[in-house]
Amino acid sequence: MIKIIKKYINYIYLILFAGLIVISYLSSKRKPDSVTELFTDFGWLNNFPKWLDAPFMVWINDWWRAFSAKYGLIFDAIGYVLLRAYSITKNFLIDVPWPIVVLGVVLLTFYASGKKIGTTIFVGFCTFSIGFLNPRFWDKAIETTTIVFIGILLCLIVGLPVGIAMARNPRVRNAILPVLDLMQVIPSFCYLIPGIILFGLGAIPAIIGIFIYACPPLIRLTDLGIRLVDKEVIEAAESFGANKKQKLWGVQLPLALPNIMQGINQCTMMALAMVVIASMIGTRGLGDEVLLGLQQLNVGSSLEAGLAIVLLAIVFDRITQAYGEKIQERTQPAKKKKAI
Amino acid sequence: MAKIEVKNVYKIFGTDPIDVLPQVKEGATKEKVLEDTGHTVGLDNVSISVEEGETFVCMGLSGSGKSTLIRHLNRLIDPTAGEVIVNGTNVMQLKEKELIEFRKHEMSMVFQRFGLFPHKTVIQNVAYGLEIQGKEIEERNKIAMSQIEAVGLQGFEYQYPSQLSGGMQQRVGLARALATNPGILLMDEAFSALDPLIRSDMQKQLLELQSELKKTIFFITHDLDESLKLGDHIGILNHGRLVQVGTPEDIIMKPADDYVEAFVKDVNRAKVLRARTVMVKPDKFNGKDVKLSESYKVDGDAFIEEFLPKVLQDRSTIVVVDNKGDTMGYITEKELAISLTKTSHNESAKTF
Ligand SMILES: Nc1ncnc2c1ncn2[C@@H]1O[C@H](COP(=O)(O)OP(=O)(O)OP(=O)(O)O)[C@@H](O)[C@H]1O
Ligand SMILES: [Mg+2]
Repeated sequence: MIKIIKKYINYIYLILFAGLIVISYLSSKRKPDSVTELFTDFGWLNNFPKWLDAPFMVWINDWWRAFSAKYGLIFDAIGYVLLRAYSITKNFLIDVPWPIVVLGVVLLTFYASGKKIGTTIFVGFCTFSIGFLNPRFWDKAIETTTIVFIGILLCLIVGLPVGIAMARNPRVRNAILPVLDLMQVIPSFCYLIPGIILFGLGAIPAIIGIFIYACPPLIRLTDLGIRLVDKEVIEAAESFGANKKQKLWGVQLPLALPNIMQGINQCTMMALAMVVIASMIGTRGLGDEVLLGLQQLNVGSSLEAGLAIVLLAIVFDRITQAYGEKIQERTQPAKKKKAI
Repeated sequence: MAKIEVKNVYKIFGTDPIDVLPQVKEGATKEKVLEDTGHTVGLDNVSISVEEGETFVCMGLSGSGKSTLIRHLNRLIDPTAGEVIVNGTNVMQLKEKELIEFRKHEMSMVFQRFGLFPHKTVIQNVAYGLEIQGKEIEERNKIAMSQIEAVGLQGFEYQYPSQLSGGMQQRVGLARALATNPGILLMDEAFSALDPLIRSDMQKQLLELQSELKKTIFFITHDLDESLKLGDHIGILNHGRLVQVGTPEDIIMKPADDYVEAFVKDVNRAKVLRARTVMVKPDKFNGKDVKLSESYKVDGDAFIEEFLPKVLQDRSTIVVVDNKGDTMGYITEKELAISLTKTSHNESAKTF
């Protein structure tokens, strides 16, 4: 059966396409009075004719209406959970005295980087400077950080399993790849606005936006990292009778970890870019400071806010990078440390 | 019942191997199949049987399908057609769980490019098979340590593979395969990266292991001397086809074709041929002009090398005896001259 379908697949596509054109013609309001006109008057060959309009807009709107009516509750629930997570984390971090937050970041960097003093001092300095630029920025940076953090968490929860599934099964990969392409190519406002409709203004559509925008690189790098593991190493594990789980957790994931960490790093950077864009749909945080400065034509203020975002990006980048390097050293120690 | 049996196995690499199979079965050559269909013939009607406790050595030029063949034995590769039977079980019919159990206990493999886990230390690498078997950490570390010592890597157990030289990495792979102590060892060019000293040491260890524990070993090598030293039987692959299987002496004395002959032409025959192979039977022996008083007795299994000086220097006649001391045949300069020269296979076959 499948073989037959494969053989005639091109004809099937052709028929489907012809059908779509007929449907477009029939559903168009601005078609000529009768079909025969098309063959007597070839004026429609000059400009793209109005009746040649695939009715996707109507379909999508219909679908969207049905979709939000039917699954609105689910989205409310998701929105509620994300909002609670967001406000609890944010309020907690804002309540904590700022020196303790700086100290926390310093300690995190120190251990994540494998006790690299230089990186730690640098990151601590950057963290301090965010508030130092403008004390108002401190709380805003915490709001931004919380959104980014929850967004990344969501990316990890969904992205890692999907990436693993793609690496293991080529069919899954073939199905997911176009979706990833779509997620990356589609302009961000196309999903931020529906996000507002589903979740209302504020942090939640921004988190959803982060997920759509920043998850694809994580998924891709997870998939790639797992597939790039030396085939003979996998065979070695198999030859000793490792089952799928042992292979995945014992060999594939540890060896893919540097790539996965790179994916998380990319994910973080893109998430940060997205919260700035999201400020335009009313998400609070450092982004709205930039927006405010621009609206008031206050170059100094918007540049200051921009700088704060850069500092925040540096902090995120350094911590994730340093952690990735530490892992890489553990899994693939450099030759130079040779003790022979 | 043979321990390992490979029956008419075909392996074709490509998108539609089944469609190409008939063409290969009809005898199309590897080049032609590649040109016509873009498929690579890995194995072409290979049948082998390896008895329990014997070492089967597989030889062949690069790309002749040796690694492909060895991967069929533990089913890292599924054949396009044919059967693989190990220990009486048809490997192809094993379910996933059974296959895992089979791999855990029946055999282990040394990989051509080592296949070490870069994120594990030497000792963790060596203990991997035991870990998969579910052994406790103390026990597996103890076994792993003794294997590490056996391959001479003590002191390196907490290093990572990337910190070792190629030869040392290969020995880690060797230790890892030996640690689970399975009945069958699959060794894909297991000694190729070793220096000559360690190499002959490892060969010796393998022979000792073999004589004590009677493992069944499937060994791949490029080195003819190694194959003659280790192999009870040797199989020679050419473009995926098995062109000859036989004892080392068979291969040298009666090469099946030019390909095999090219393989064996530079071998040191004195090291390989045994007295019983080159002797003449007593009934064909013309003893008149031989002074049997100056004769010298050797065992039928002795290599020519061992009695060559006696013949050449003292002009003695060699009397070949079996283990009961009965005379099986004689060797004089004439027999030596025939067997040691690189004559064509027809001629040397006569001495057999
Ligand atoms: N996964 C694969 N896909 C396609 N072709 C393959 C694959 N593995 C092996 N081959 C082909 O099968 C043939 C035999 O390869 P194999 O690795 O068994 O050779 P080999 O005898 O082990 O050579 P070497 O001595 O270099 O290790 C080669 O022509 C190779 O191109
Ligand atoms: Mg090979």
